Amino acid sequence: MKRLLEYTGIESDRLQFSWISSAESTKFVKVVNEVTAKVKALGPNKRFVKKEAKVA
Amino acid sequence: MSTYTEKIREIAQRLLKECRVEMVIGFRKGSVPMMNEPCFVRKPEEVDALVWDSNCGINLANYLTNRKEKIGIVAKGCDSRNIVNHILENKIKREQLVIIGVPCQGMIDKRKIVAMAQGEVLEVTESDGQVHVKTAAGDQTFDKKDVLQQNCSVCVHRNPVISDEMVADPVEEQKDVDPYADVAALEAMTTDERWAFFDDLLAPCIRCYACRNACPLCYCPTCFVDEAKPQWVGKSQDPIDVRTFHLLRAYHCAGRCTDCGACERACPMGINMRLLTKKLNKDCLDLYGWEAGLSLDSRPALDVYKPNDTNDSIL
Repeated sequence: MKRLLEYTGIESDRLQFSWISSAESTKFVKVVNEVTAKVKALGPNKRFVKKEAKVA
Repeated sequence: MSTYTEKIREIAQRLLKECRVEMVIGFRKGSVPMMNEPCFVRKPEEVDALVWDSNCGINLANYLTNRKEKIGIVAKGCDSRNIVNHILENKIKREQLVIIGVPCQGMIDKRKIVAMAQGEVLEVTESDGQVHVKTAAGDQTFDKKDVLQQNCSVCVHRNPVISDEMVADPVEEQKDVDPYADVAALEAMTTDERWAFFDDLLAPCIRCYACRNACPLCYCPTCFVDEAKPQWVGKSQDPIDVRTFHLLRAYHCAGRCTDCGACERACPMGINMRLLTKKLNKDCLDLYGWEAGLSLDSRPALDVYKPNDTNDSIL
């Protein structure tokens, strides 16, 4: 899905996947921090947004 | 090609007479040129309806889903791979099937013929790699390789992967083609260019779902686009809704699509939505070395777990 979305023009850091075990709390925190940093750097999503009443 | 037709009829008649199958699924001539239609033959005396030429692009595996009877089915390379898919996904049992394998040399793209022909196409015949088109204005002849469906021109699995009977000796597989050249070209573009490209590509979509209906992979009793509770995707023609539909349709075919071209062929607007499914085919090949429907002995790429799967191998 990530590769397909990037292929169709979504920024590469917008969607992220990661394998984290429920026992890997430290890894979870690390990944969450990384994801938030990357998404903040990208700014608000402007691509995949459905605008109101574009089609009546 | 006409020898194929005779052989298909002969095999179908034998299977029905010997009661090895209750029905043979093949093609018959359509009511307009280049539009052969699926044909379900149940009696030996009806086999003369069956034909084979380069207009048999519909994927017949689509008609096998959840059938209970014994079926003889005419299958070119891509159909046979979708039959393997169906067997792996428990949609039909191998024992129910007698697969009549047809070595395929590609199907004609009716849109190319219509674009190249002068006036209305009245009749299309073929011989020795040439396609003869009869129009009101006169006769025209094209090389078949110039009017092939795009997926057929880069096909590397022309021969059936499983069959019980073959109508002819296998044909030579194409070696010097790159099936993923168009996907690679898109990958080389910038993000903005790709977004704009797909906006343009999908703009004509009228949400008729012909691509879904023609696809042998799309057999869910209720498709996600038809469901109302919950409603997964907007039903309007808003570009974002259209894009969501196409992305999800493609993703549902990940690791299963054989690039048979049924979706593009069925599209009334001529949208090449295969660019989406092919991207996933390419990823499956790159990440897992997987091509759909080649063997009954291996599980599909998205169906297996390997301890060494990494984040990057999340499709």
